[in-house]
Order: sequence, then structure tokens, then C-alpha cells
Amino acid sequence: MTAQHGHDEHAGHPQPAEYIKIAVVLTIITAIEVALFYIGEAKDGAGHRMIAEGLVTTAIMVLSALKFAIVVMWYMHLKFDHKLFSYFMVGGLALAGLVMLALLALLPILHLGSEL
Amino acid sequence: MSSVSHSAEHATTTGIDHRKLLIWAFLGSDCLFFGSLIATYMIYRGKSIDCPLPHQIYDIPYTSISAFVLLMSSLTMVLALAAIQRGDHKGLRVWLVSTGMLGLVFLGGQFYEFTTFVHEGLTLSGNLFGSTFFVLTGFHGAHVTVGVMILFSLVLVSMRGGIPASDSLTVELAGLYWHFVDIVWIVLFALVYLVPSPVPNIECAQAAVAH
Repeated sequence: MTAQHGHDEHAGHPQPAEYIKIAVVLTIITAIEVALFYIGEAKDGAGHRMIAEGLVTTAIMVLSALKFAIVVMWYMHLKFDHKLFSYFMVGGLALAGLVMLALLALLPILHLGSEL
Repeated sequence: MSSVSHSAEHATTTGIDHRKLLIWAFLGSDCLFFGSLIATYMIYRGKSIDCPLPHQIYDIPYTSISAFVLLMSSLTMVLALAAIQRGDHKGLRVWLVSTGMLGLVFLGGQFYEFTTFVHEGLTLSGNLFGSTFFVLTGFHGAHVTVGVMILFSLVLVSMRGGIPASDSLTVELAGLYWHFVDIVWIVLFALVYLVPSPVPNIECAQAAVAH
């Protein structure tokens, strides 16, 4: 890899000002996540949650996935780098998802529910 | 090392540097590692038959600050990379030290959190929540520790003139590992701390610690 080649590799990478803007976006999303947590905890006079738990969980998960994608695409440069790196990341995530599904499927078979 | 020998060393059939390919292969495999630990934590959520439980001991404002600190360390890491790419060696060291210090702040926060939890009765072998929580977040902390060591090693190498601007890839590889540690925490912060956990139908003898 020559210095010129190395320079070309980084030609599409964001500049420091853009990195800072991304950090601000990530901070705002984190603040929204935490706010959602407290909104989800809020209860009415009868002790019931004011917002459905599933709605709060979904919103937090979506925001978390958004933060994940922003860091991977811009800070880890997958948006600008060779596609092969994306395949490694997506492949790893897909396999991790399969591992999770396998473990979830094993749980009832092993009868590890409330007995532990 | 001359630029000619450097060029020959990294010439590959794919045109991609082997080191970068290797770090991405490692990060992909590490997804499996954390995937297994996260799945285990999620499966056993709300299955503890002994206290304390998550909602009794979590300190969300405190953990939110830790999450913010780690997010900002990703910013300082990319600023370190940008600095070396424009040949600014002093800037590289400043941002690498900043990243390492933020990592140390996160680790200190985690140490304090673990200590507090143990004092409140949550131990590695006390209940399912304790076992899965400490293993999952502890392994993440171990990754952060390795990352901090890499960062300060890079600072030392840089001070000896070992990172020329033409070889910014060395910093980029360290950065990829550091950002991976950050994205794992993004997932853990949401799943472990923020997503409401089912509360098992058990009576807790000790008073719940309100934060």
C-alpha cells in the first residue's frame, strides 16, 4: 500500500466537524432513550403504567439500533470502506442472532424456566 | 522501513490490507461471543428466585453518564485518526490520551457500580440476575481494559516516532476495536438497563434501594 493509495482510501472519510455533529446526534438519541425509560416507569393513580411496556421497549430498541448503525457506518467507516468489511460485520451479527435464537429455542427443552 | 518494503509487505490479492481484514474478522467473531452472553442474560431475565432484582439496584442516571462517557470516547478516537491522517502527531497523542482517559473513567464507574451492587447483596453466585449481569458487563469491561492498554501503547509508540502519517492504519485498527467496544455498550445499555425487566413474583426481605 503506497502513501498515495492510503490517502485515497481515506478520501471519503468524514472530517472532524462531521464527527462532532455525529457525536451530538448520538448524545441526543441517548437522552431520548433515557427519557423513554422514565416515561415508561411513570404510573397513574391506580399504579398502572401510563404507556404500554411493549411500546417503550420497541422505541428504545429502535433508537439503540440507530445509534449502533451510526457508529458502525460513520465512526467505523463501513459506509465508505470495502464491502467485504460490511459482510464480516453483518455475517457476525447474523450468526450472533442465530445463536440467540438457538438458545431461546433450547430453554423450554432444558426446562430451565422458573426452577432456577 | 522504507516505503518500498512497506508497500511490498502489505500488497494483497484483494487489495485490502490483511491487518484490517483480520480485525474485521475478529470483530465479527466477537459479535458471536457477546451474542451468546446477551442471549443468556435475556433468557434468564425475571427468572431469579432471590433478591436483589434489577429495578431495586440500577442507578439509571449514573449509568447514563457512563454510557455518555463511552460515546464521547468514540468521538475522541475518530479525532485521533483524523489527526494522524493529516500528519498531526501531537493531535494524535492528545486525542489518544483523551480516549484512554475516558475509557478509564468508564472502567472506574463500572468498578464503583459493581462494588455498590455487591454491598447491596448482588453477587456473581447470589441469583440468576447477578450471574448473568456480572458475566455480561464484566466481559465488556475486560474488553474496555484491553482497549485502554492498546490506546496507551499507541501513545508510547507515537512518542518514539513509530506511527508515520502514511501508516495511519495502525490507529484505524485500534479505533475499530474501540468503536466495537462502544457499540456493544450501546446494545447493553438499552437491553440490560433501559428495557423494562419482568419482575418475578417473589418477596424481597431487604428494603429496595431507591435511586
